[in-house]
Amino acid sequence: MQLSNEKLLEFYHLMVKIRAFEETLSSLFSKGLLGGTSHFCIGQEASAVGVVQGVRDTDWIVSNHRGHGHLLARYLDVDKVMAELLGKLTGYCGGRGGSQHMCAMDKCFLGTNGITGGGIPLATGAALALKVQKKNDIVVAFFGDGASNQGTFHESLNIAALWNLPILFVCENNKYAMSTPVNRTVAGGGQVAPRAAGYKMRAGVFEGRDVEIVYQATQEAAERIRNGGGPELLELMTYRLCGHSKSEPRVYRTREEEAEMAKLDPLVTLPQRLLERGVTQEQIDAAAKRARDMVAEAAEKGLAAPVGDRAYALGGVFAEN
Amino acid sequence: MSEIYYSKAVNEALDEELARDPNVIMIGEDIGCYGGAFGVSKGLWEKYGPERLWETPISEGSITGIAIGAAMMGLKPVLEIMFMDFVALALDQMMNSAGKLHYMYNGQVNVPMVLRTPGGAKGGYGPSHSQTLPNLFVGIPGLKVVAPSTAYQVKGLLKAAIRDPNPVVFIENKRLYPQKGEVPEGEYVLPLDKAVIMSPGKDMTLISYSSMTPVCMAVKKAFQPHGIDIEVVDLVSLQPLDTETIFASVRKTGHVIIVEEACLTGGVGGEVSALIAEHCLDALEAPVMRVGAADVPIPSSVDLEKMVLPQADDVVNTVKKMHEWQ
Repeated sequence: MQLSNEKLLEFYHLMVKIRAFEETLSSLFSKGLLGGTSHFCIGQEASAVGVVQGVRDTDWIVSNHRGHGHLLARYLDVDKVMAELLGKLTGYCGGRGGSQHMCAMDKCFLGTNGITGGGIPLATGAALALKVQKKNDIVVAFFGDGASNQGTFHESLNIAALWNLPILFVCENNKYAMSTPVNRTVAGGGQVAPRAAGYKMRAGVFEGRDVEIVYQATQEAAERIRNGGGPELLELMTYRLCGHSKSEPRVYRTREEEAEMAKLDPLVTLPQRLLERGVTQEQIDAAAKRARDMVAEAAEKGLAAPVGDRAYALGGVFAEN
Repeated sequence: MSEIYYSKAVNEALDEELARDPNVIMIGEDIGCYGGAFGVSKGLWEKYGPERLWETPISEGSITGIAIGAAMMGLKPVLEIMFMDFVALALDQMMNSAGKLHYMYNGQVNVPMVLRTPGGAKGGYGPSHSQTLPNLFVGIPGLKVVAPSTAYQVKGLLKAAIRDPNPVVFIENKRLYPQKGEVPEGEYVLPLDKAVIMSPGKDMTLISYSSMTPVCMAVKKAFQPHGIDIEVVDLVSLQPLDTETIFASVRKTGHVIIVEEACLTGGVGGEVSALIAEHCLDALEAPVMRVGAADVPIPSSVDLEKMVLPQADDVVNTVKKMHEWQ
């Protein structure tokens, strides 16, 4: 399916926003303005945008530790996402959650998750709630090839299939579980999708760096799920062009491999496609600039924002009746 | 008033809350026509059906996460973990999700779920089916932990736990299930954070919870003819601890023994003891003493089990030791 130029250009804008966001984080880290750790999705922007835009805004997203792309693809306020990374009160979670624990209920974003495979049962439970409440929405559960080796993955797929839950399991297979290559972690050749067959669940493998392919595959799966067809699994083949987490030397792979993979960088291939389809270089540059300006402004605002006080740090553990 | 089994009191609480609130669902293994491993959910499946009782595969890690995820979306799941020993498989989701979500998402979500599970030895169940493990949960911020000892308590507290907007670990007990107790007619709900003076006394305080409370009550009776007037305080809530009630009793008697079925090391009794030392040292006329399980896996042999777990005689001997302490 060929998307309209307008839509494809907007997707490109979102993808640049994600890339610029993480490049800005990287620069803030090196300046000592950002603490902790963070997992970048540089090179994986197309799978985030294609999936999140491929479902409805009222469908729920459950993300993982590598969630900046998922967050921004849902049009979360970039100012509030950045402020959260910076640990500020103006962030989505007031600085309590950060990169791996960010939630935006007003955007049907049920949270990123710091435990590999930890979000999968939560997403399955959310899908159970939608079924009990007889809602017409679905849940998307993002995870990586590494998480597909957790027990929670298999247990949740089994239960989702048994109960015919409205959930789309999305595996972004970026070929490495931190440093360990997928052919040494996923038995049978490094593909996750065949595992769904054990649960009689429909599954497909798609090129995850092509936003149009991802968007179409997601839309089709989402509609089948929404119509009661039961859970499905999408495996999106992609590549993390950066390290697992910040300042990681990538000793487990060659620079030659990375150079080959960089040719498939969606932020290189998508502008070429846009040009081929008659979008002008000026339009492409303007979409990118708009994204980069938003991120730069978010960083500026975030750095200036206040942090919580001691009472804030110590309070709010329990909900009041 | 009617006299019912502890297990029936759990059943009545579940029944009443399922009837009261359509958001209440149950999740667990063999909770359907089988009625749960200990018969606690008998009759509920027939009454409320599979749309309310979600009978699951044996997948504790995920069904716990599923309960939490459903709670985030507004349901009030009551999760059954068949034996407390199995909570190890559920712990990641309780620790890294249930207890944290409300805080780390800055109040955007509540997690109104209950993890019900029976702890305790029942004579011969062996090392993996007999443990009492509140210490796994009381150190996790964001979780409430209660361990009722009577039919009256268990019914009123389970109803409160289900209505609470926070995750509650609800520790039942296998030896208590067939114990009868008086329960009032009609609805009642008990506070989740209050200890209970089971029987007042002026000479010595026995602090206990769950299975050891009836033991302490029997010990109290045994010492009455000997002129030692024991006060029995049931903690009920293990997180938070009701320090007001605990400290008042300590100040009254000046003598404290803490009795629990769990291992002493790293446990609730140690925490209570530390709090008493911090806040009531001036009132103590003897050191705080503790009775609990040895730091040994619970053996299968019924005879060996008794040697590892605290028995009434151990409490009696500690009372004597305390009484004679100069």
